[in-house]
Amino acid sequence: MIVVNTETIPGYTIREVKGLVQGNTIRAKHLGRDVAAGLKNLVGGELSGYTELLIESRRQALERMLAQAEQLGANAVVNVRFTTSAITQGAAELYAYGTAVVTEQES
Amino acid sequence: MWPFLLQVGPFVILLVLALTVGGFVERAHFKRLERRESQLRDMLVTDLRTFPPNTASSPCGLVTGEVVIASDYFKSFAAALRSMVGGELRSFETLMERARREALVRMLESARRLGAGGVINVRFATSNIGSQRRKRNAAMVEMYAYGTAVRFKEQPRG
Repeated sequence: MIVVNTETIPGYTIREVKGLVQGNTIRAKHLGRDVAAGLKNLVGGELSGYTELLIESRRQALERMLAQAEQLGANAVVNVRFTTSAITQGAAELYAYGTAVVTEQES
Repeated sequence: MWPFLLQVGPFVILLVLALTVGGFVERAHFKRLERRESQLRDMLVTDLRTFPPNTASSPCGLVTGEVVIASDYFKSFAAALRSMVGGELRSFETLMERARREALVRMLESARRLGAGGVINVRFATSNIGSQRRKRNAAMVEMYAYGTAVRFKEQPRG
């Protein structure tokens, strides 16, 4: 499965547009992480627990999007975008969407 | 005199601690960023949506880089003071810069691991993990960068 956030794929032609596919996830870290983050707010620096959370969420949202694309019989997703929203403290909603397409390699 | 000192003392100690440790953390981070950026200087980075003409037709993929950075107590205090009179919040500007550069560097590093020569259509986005905490005078930046990693037929110019 080719996943890009551009509208075209170099060397490939889009044969068929299957439509919008999307994946979302809302994840939270345990309380210990939140407390650690609170302490980190004193001296600054990276909050690796929350970075991990962001990476996990992004990965899961993408996976769900790709599963949908596979179901539609697509072999690529183009023009992928991410958005987020805050639903509650310590949790993040990550939403990935793109257009599932069937592509063919140019000869 | 003593009750006053006891009241203000912890606050001052926190401020001084945050100023020294936070300042040290920030300088170290900027140094690290510069070193990693100099290693990635040969990568082409653009937010154009179209591929350069010398792009190889091998499959390329989405690359991302994410980071969450906390503000320190001194920065937050300085910003709170500043927002009373308005104007530029310099202490938060460097925080945003650090987050953006770190996210970009991480994205480029993962692109390099894929053997890419550049990243096209780069986008930045922010997330809100500690949104309510932010109101309690403790800012954090959640930044992520993403783009499409590509290989080139020959070395890109520039």
